[in-house]
Amino acid sequence: MAETVVNADQPQGGAPEGEATRRDFIHIAAGAAAAGAGVMVAWPLINSMNPAADTLALSTTEFDTSKVQEGMQVVITWQGKPVFLRNRSAAELQKVVADNTASDLKDPQTDAERTKPGHEAMLVVLASCTHLGCIPTFGSGDYGGWFCPCHGSHYDASGRIRKGPAPLNLVVPEYEFTAGSTIRIG
Amino acid sequence: MSGHESTYIPKTGVEKWLDTRLPIVRFGADYLALPTPKNLNYWYTFGAILSICLVTQIATGIFLAMHYQPNTAMAFASVERIMRDVNGGWLIRYVHANGASMFFVAVYIHMLRGLYYGSYKAPREMIWILGCIIFFLMIATAFLGYVLPWGQMSYWGAEVITNLVGAIPMIGEPILIWLRGGPAIDNATLNRFFSLHYLLPFVIFGVVVLHLWALHTAGQNNPVGILIPKDREKKDMVPFHPYYTVKDGFALIVFLMMFAVFVFFMPNALGHADNYIPANPLVTPAHIVPEWYMLPFYAILRAVPDKFGGVVAMFGAIGILFVLPWLDTSKVRSMRYRPTMKVFFMIFVVNGLLLGWCGAQLPDAQVVPGMPSFFLVDGQLNSYLWLTRLATLYYFAFFAVILPLVGLRETPLKIPASISEPVLSGPDVMSGAVPAQAEKKG
Repeated sequence: MAETVVNADQPQGGAPEGEATRRDFIHIAAGAAAAGAGVMVAWPLINSMNPAADTLALSTTEFDTSKVQEGMQVVITWQGKPVFLRNRSAAELQKVVADNTASDLKDPQTDAERTKPGHEAMLVVLASCTHLGCIPTFGSGDYGGWFCPCHGSHYDASGRIRKGPAPLNLVVPEYEFTAGSTIRIG
Repeated sequence: MSGHESTYIPKTGVEKWLDTRLPIVRFGADYLALPTPKNLNYWYTFGAILSICLVTQIATGIFLAMHYQPNTAMAFASVERIMRDVNGGWLIRYVHANGASMFFVAVYIHMLRGLYYGSYKAPREMIWILGCIIFFLMIATAFLGYVLPWGQMSYWGAEVITNLVGAIPMIGEPILIWLRGGPAIDNATLNRFFSLHYLLPFVIFGVVVLHLWALHTAGQNNPVGILIPKDREKKDMVPFHPYYTVKDGFALIVFLMMFAVFVFFMPNALGHADNYIPANPLVTPAHIVPEWYMLPFYAILRAVPDKFGGVVAMFGAIGILFVLPWLDTSKVRSMRYRPTMKVFFMIFVVNGLLLGWCGAQLPDAQVVPGMPSFFLVDGQLNSYLWLTRLATLYYFAFFAVILPLVGLRETPLKIPASISEPVLSGPDVMSGAVPAQAEKKG
């Protein structure tokens, strides 16, 4: 602030040079009030960009997994994002369980941690490569799970990252079996 | 900046570095240090309030546009979604909708202030003309925005107002189709209105910058209406900060309190219930009225029995403001010293309110119920039609007849030699005091 002294003869709070004056207090109080008001104005505007009530209401998806044939996967959408439902064959299941202790697991997890008890063959993962979010290709790559062509990430049939730049396994969303083979994601 | 010396001294190295390359801090500091007449009253505070209004409208508008769908099939529902589902959307929309009204309250007071104190006279004509441009853009922006919710009033307002263009002889019809983007108000119209409604506030912002530039070049007027001579600057001026930052800040808080009363306690009081009915091209509302701030001009439009004539009168009502500096023949700026003009001014204010009242009534309705009257030309004398015509006549006469004639014939009161004189008890003797006169600056 440029202090233009128009009325230099006016006392500025009456304190000696260098000490805090009433005017300093008023300046700080006014500045604090202005800053508080600014936050209170900005908050509702910024908050309006958060997911709206109707968006949040779309947060669950139901699907009957009996439609997924063995050895195949079905892609469904949940909250606007693709989800892989993969019904692993016996051979694939055997391999991913054997790989539970493999040394090249970057993000070690057992297959059991990634599935629901009683539904071991059914894997539910977000169809989004944990590197930069591309959709990996089904059944290709060095481990027969998924291969992400964007930057060469190899996932096994449990969706675990085995090779390439992706840091984490394909994400298993929150889901549960509600009735028989029907799942509700979210 | 009114020939005022810069007092900013960059202290830190960063400030020095920046000041020699882009003196933006200097600009801000000089703005705050600007010598301002010390006798400005609260009528002068609305300039600051208006700048806040504009920023508020732009800020809320940007966030509304993030959720709004400019499509005839989705617009109405998207506005309702903002009201119900978007976090704080109800608040943002009500602030935006009522903010438009507050903007016009402030701009009307601001304009009447300028009219009363002669702020449009030399050397300030450019400030006034730029202000008129801002006012015109505000009307356009408000109209375009009102169409967006795609309610019944939105749709039929757009229908009626675009139809005005059709009144232009010969080329009216093709221009109308070009304006609407089709044979009727439809998706193309809504899309372009949304685009323009987003654009124009930024144009207004640009013209506001010019408005302030012109203001700081010519210097502020003041309620006494005299130019403050250089040698009295120390006596009659105070730096803008802290004196007017605090005064404007206080006024702003009072203004925001009134604004908040509308937003939180009667958010739809200034609107029209029909706009909560989705637009229906097959049904016209019984009574199409614009928002309150357009009513005086709507009344003038309806006062003329000819379609094109009405359009000319309505635009003329705004257009005549542009030439106001050359219609007023008086050498005295402030109406404080023009007792005759002051009376005409008060009548003008009441007349403006009357025009607004008329704009909201049905033209054929009786002004005084049951009072017998006679048929005159095309309607009963005791009808809003004729009341509107009388008020319209005064509106134009005020600018085209009263201002030129009174300026030539009146005897103004004695004008103080300085702005301090009227408020000081003793004689404020100063060396080389020159009597004030409306001197022309180059």
